[in-house]
Amino acid sequence: MQEDGDVKELVVISGKGGTGKTSLLGAFASLAKDMVLCDADVDAADLYLILEPEVNERQDFQEGHRAVINPDRCTECGECRRLCRWNAISPEFEVDPIDCEGCGVCVYFCPAEAIDFPLKTCGELFISETRVGPMVHARLGIAEDNSGKLVTLTRKQAKELATKRGLRLILTDGPPGLACPVIASITGATGVLIVTEPTLSGHHDMDRVVELAHHFGIPASVCINKFDLNPDMTETIEEYAGQRGLPVVGRIPFDPVFTEAMVQKQTIIEYNSSSEAAQAVKGIWERVISSL
Amino acid sequence: MIISIASGKGGTGKTTIATNLAVALGPSVKLLDCDVEEPNDHIFINPEIDHTETVSIKVPEVDMDKCTLCGRCQEICQFQAIVLVGKTVLSFHELCHSCGGCMEVCPENAISEVDREMGIFESGSRDGVEFGHGRLFVGQVMAVPLIERVRAAVQPDKLNIIDAPPGTSCPVISSVKDTDFVILVTEPTPFGLNDLKLAVGMVSVLEIPHGIVINRSDLGDKKVWEYAEQEDIPILMEIPFDRRVAEAYSRGKLLVEELPGWKEEFIHLYEKVADHARGR
Repeated sequence: MQEDGDVKELVVISGKGGTGKTSLLGAFASLAKDMVLCDADVDAADLYLILEPEVNERQDFQEGHRAVINPDRCTECGECRRLCRWNAISPEFEVDPIDCEGCGVCVYFCPAEAIDFPLKTCGELFISETRVGPMVHARLGIAEDNSGKLVTLTRKQAKELATKRGLRLILTDGPPGLACPVIASITGATGVLIVTEPTLSGHHDMDRVVELAHHFGIPASVCINKFDLNPDMTETIEEYAGQRGLPVVGRIPFDPVFTEAMVQKQTIIEYNSSSEAAQAVKGIWERVISSL
Repeated sequence: MIISIASGKGGTGKTTIATNLAVALGPSVKLLDCDVEEPNDHIFINPEIDHTETVSIKVPEVDMDKCTLCGRCQEICQFQAIVLVGKTVLSFHELCHSCGGCMEVCPENAISEVDREMGIFESGSRDGVEFGHGRLFVGQVMAVPLIERVRAAVQPDKLNIIDAPPGTSCPVISSVKDTDFVILVTEPTPFGLNDLKLAVGMVSVLEIPHGIVINRSDLGDKKVWEYAEQEDIPILMEIPFDRRVAEAYSRGKLLVEELPGWKEEFIHLYEKVADHARGR
């Protein structure tokens, strides 16, 4: 068995949503060898839609607690309502499960010991096989708290799987945004690839994730999707990346072939590997993997 | 009335809908961007900012002269944000949920709360449209307290439009909770549909009336329409892919100001939303 440190992990992030993270990662999966796929966008996991994994192992993800008042024991003294900072307890002494933060303060102080505090099941984790390799993915329950812990667990399982099978690479699909789920998806990674688009919003959001990657000391590179929708903005972004010392690993043209491939449940490499967009993706893959 | 704009999947066009709707409807509208991780509405609105405030959350500070190392703070904390280590108590502010439990439980009154800055809230206006948004500081873990600050700027006597972050978890819930109607923006692709279903699940749990806007409606397949019909969810608007639209967006321009006919389209969207919001 190989050492943990032999496994490299590339995480694809974007800041702004909808720039093409998952389509690009799917295409990488068609090009890579000896890798484990990891879908860390547990809030809106989409990679499985292209790769149609066969689930071998399923685990409940339990995290945190919810307060539940037992009306038989409750004396309606009001102490819980006074202490709750989330206004989660109604005048009828019922806890709103969505507002409850799971802090347990009401449970601790209830003089009648009338509040139960069961563990919550707030998602599921899957270990699967796909036509391009093994995959670890997850599903957060509806309206659950994405604290980043399910993201962390998904990545940990991917790493264990890679180590167990002697695979040297993990390709991780990250979530959009900047806060807990994104931080949980990049900490400790070998490198991040930031996928942006040539729009003011794409540029703005990229700046913030570049800063985030820098904050956590993770090497980052940039690629620009749909670059021809605004070539001037593409150049502006590339200049900015140059000033920040970030390698620009490629440009991908706008091409409905991405959507067509997705509808056919294929990666763009499988669907049309000679298209201009697929060729661009191959170039990006080669540059990213050689720099990792 | 409060209308919120959400989507499971990112990049489907929430910002486009929120900003164009606000400007099409003109003065007496308040636009609040609750995507504090990656706020973009200001790029299109260009508001004159006349108010800036730093937003903080309460975190514990332990007075070690009073602390007897009893460990009750550590025992009550569900988030491992306050820990007894040897002869001292460490508090990890980035893990703290500000529940106040440690302060309440401390028998020596050794714990007080101090402010920890996590982002800024800015507000202003543009041609009568009032605007507010939050910007989370880079490296901050929790977005919700800042979203709540942005939500607190809602004015009940006005039409309020709230732009939510992508996804379906806590930041989205905080953004759309207690709004009168949610516009779910999607695209007719397998990813768009999958994430739309998650978003519908979320608004159903919250029991908020909702409808769908289909963006880039001619790229993809027909399954979003089939789903909407099956679930009896109204389709409020369809926007075909148009390079001029994509190009205006890329430059931070509003459709209602750049291209003819769009102002009427967005006013019509509002009328449909108002009808559905009233109808239930």
